[in-house]
Amino acid sequence: MNAIEFIISGMLAAATPFLLAALGELVAERSGVLNLGVEGMMAFGAALAFIIVYNGGGHILAFLVAGIGGVLLSLLFAFVALGLRANQVATGLAIGILGLGLSAFFGKPYESYTIKGISKISIPVLSDIPVIGGLFSQDIVVWLAILTSAGLWYALTRMKAGLLLRAVGENPKAVNSLGYSVFALRIGAVAFGGLMAGIAGAYASTVYTPLWADGMIAGRGWIAVALVVFGTWMVGRVFLGACLFGAVSLAGIAAQTAGLSIPSQILTSLPYLVTIVVLGIISSNKRLLKLNGIASLGETYK
Amino acid sequence: MGLALSKLPRLVRRERASMPMMLIAPFAALGLAVLTNLVLYGMLGKNPLIVLHAMLIEPFLSMYSFSEVLLKASPLLLIAQGLAIGFRAKVFNIGAEGQFVLGAIFASAIPVWYPNITGVWVWPLMLLLGALGGLCWASITAFWRVRLNANEILVSLMLSFVAIQVLNYLLLGPWKDPMGFNFPQSVMFPLDAMVPTLIPGTRVNVSLLLALALSVVAWFFVQRSFAGYKLEVGGLAPRAARYAGFSQSKAIWISLLIGGFAAGLAGAAEVAGPVGQLQRSISTGYGYAAIIVAYLGGLHPIGIVLSSFLMATLYIGGDNAMVTAGLPIAAVHVFQGSLLLAYLILATFVRNRLEWPTPHGEQGA
Repeated sequence: MNAIEFIISGMLAAATPFLLAALGELVAERSGVLNLGVEGMMAFGAALAFIIVYNGGGHILAFLVAGIGGVLLSLLFAFVALGLRANQVATGLAIGILGLGLSAFFGKPYESYTIKGISKISIPVLSDIPVIGGLFSQDIVVWLAILTSAGLWYALTRMKAGLLLRAVGENPKAVNSLGYSVFALRIGAVAFGGLMAGIAGAYASTVYTPLWADGMIAGRGWIAVALVVFGTWMVGRVFLGACLFGAVSLAGIAAQTAGLSIPSQILTSLPYLVTIVVLGIISSNKRLLKLNGIASLGETYK
Repeated sequence: MGLALSKLPRLVRRERASMPMMLIAPFAALGLAVLTNLVLYGMLGKNPLIVLHAMLIEPFLSMYSFSEVLLKASPLLLIAQGLAIGFRAKVFNIGAEGQFVLGAIFASAIPVWYPNITGVWVWPLMLLLGALGGLCWASITAFWRVRLNANEILVSLMLSFVAIQVLNYLLLGPWKDPMGFNFPQSVMFPLDAMVPTLIPGTRVNVSLLLALALSVVAWFFVQRSFAGYKLEVGGLAPRAARYAGFSQSKAIWISLLIGGFAAGLAGAAEVAGPVGQLQRSISTGYGYAAIIVAYLGGLHPIGIVLSSFLMATLYIGGDNAMVTAGLPIAAVHVFQGSLLLAYLILATFVRNRLEWPTPHGEQGA
């Protein structure tokens, strides 16, 4: 397999942790809440899922428990940042540190253990196409992540619940005066973010790289937060952004197989550097951000 | 939902911030964090009392372990004072870890390139170089934020991940000690490249005095200077600040440069102090712990002095608990996260009070 084929076939799987976490954060931010604890919620989910699979609980239970773990941390965030009106940035950081700590704490006995991933589902005919065929041979979670993206796009643009969620982010007072509870809507959105982050972590530790190492999330939660900005809070663009980062994170391995002699540290840094550069490019377009940004993002609602 | 919410107590904003609550909050937060963590240890079958003793009492039982607390406190104090100035101006520099690493790298350049260097000026120059290294690294974030409008939280954090890779590159490649049996570490620093020890028989060095002196400077800057006032207004009310002729971009630049300078200085003092060479393990999360130190100290220079000693105690106590109670070192990070969370919960009541619903309905003020 050459480098191009390697990237094409692996891109979607590499993109999935970014995509799942970013979709969750997108929903939370659409409702006006900035939860910076994504990295910690992912790490916590990753540890829980790995422990369950390693002890024979199976992948379905692992994803379920990881999702619940993410929800619990996000509800803790909601209690402090929404219920008690604490600063959302500081609260998100606290949840991030706590989640990373808990993952290292519970994951400690499993350091560098490996487990078995899950098998791929190939689409007949399409997966036999040369060069791009690998794109159509993915595990079930990747297919579900793509379906979730489509579903979320539909919900946010075509369904009443999605429009209500967006309205909460744009103008919470108006939504309140319509008789809806701003708090209930936002808590729901934050919990969805936690669920998705937990599942994203589970995918990273039990399917994408089925081994446990402390710090294995390695900033992917933070890149997911950046992806929401890149995608200017739109599902389609976040999806494309996640694919880009999937490809970028594979570029390192691809370059090594192609025999290029680039220091591995530069290749490891690539996703972070790309994040910095793209963030600069997108953010400098103030009109774009103003047009698509969330009016009440990060503000305390009283 | 509406029915359920009306039965819950409501938060009502106080007319003015409660001074007693402000003083109680950090201690109550510590109590709350201790309690929840002890329950966690208990659930894992550890004896909570043994852990408590190891974490919070043992560090004070011998002169040596107390001196280790003082040693750990100086980098935390330095970084947190720098960060707090930015946080007060609502500039969220989360990348102190990377600025700390760059400080360590810049300072190490002198002994790595001139391993036989002598002179009393060597270590002060290294500290200065380290501070400049941190400042340069932070200036990337400042440029991205001011010129490109990019979120400083994400940029500074991404740069921390990059900084670790720069460190790895140097230690596995050009800066690796040729006589070091292929370990990823630099040469051992010569004596003149080390910060002088303050208390004989311990590892406490001059950087503690430096950190305390800079705390006084920070107090003066924040509480007494017009520049500090402008900075805070620039962050809190950008429109009002612009109206008054204070520049928000300047506030961002100054916040990040001060934060980077202090973190870089701390990184330099770490390699030229207790470590004595550039290693991969110099980055042990001080940059993140200092965020907690800054908040726990109420973003106030005097409070931060106290909270940095508390955090240092937790580090040393965590090491003890690892030995005596077999607790993983990650327990310290769990404790740190819950401590910040507990503080944020309690700090709510500095500016708000709880109002319980009256039995007649919800006609509260």
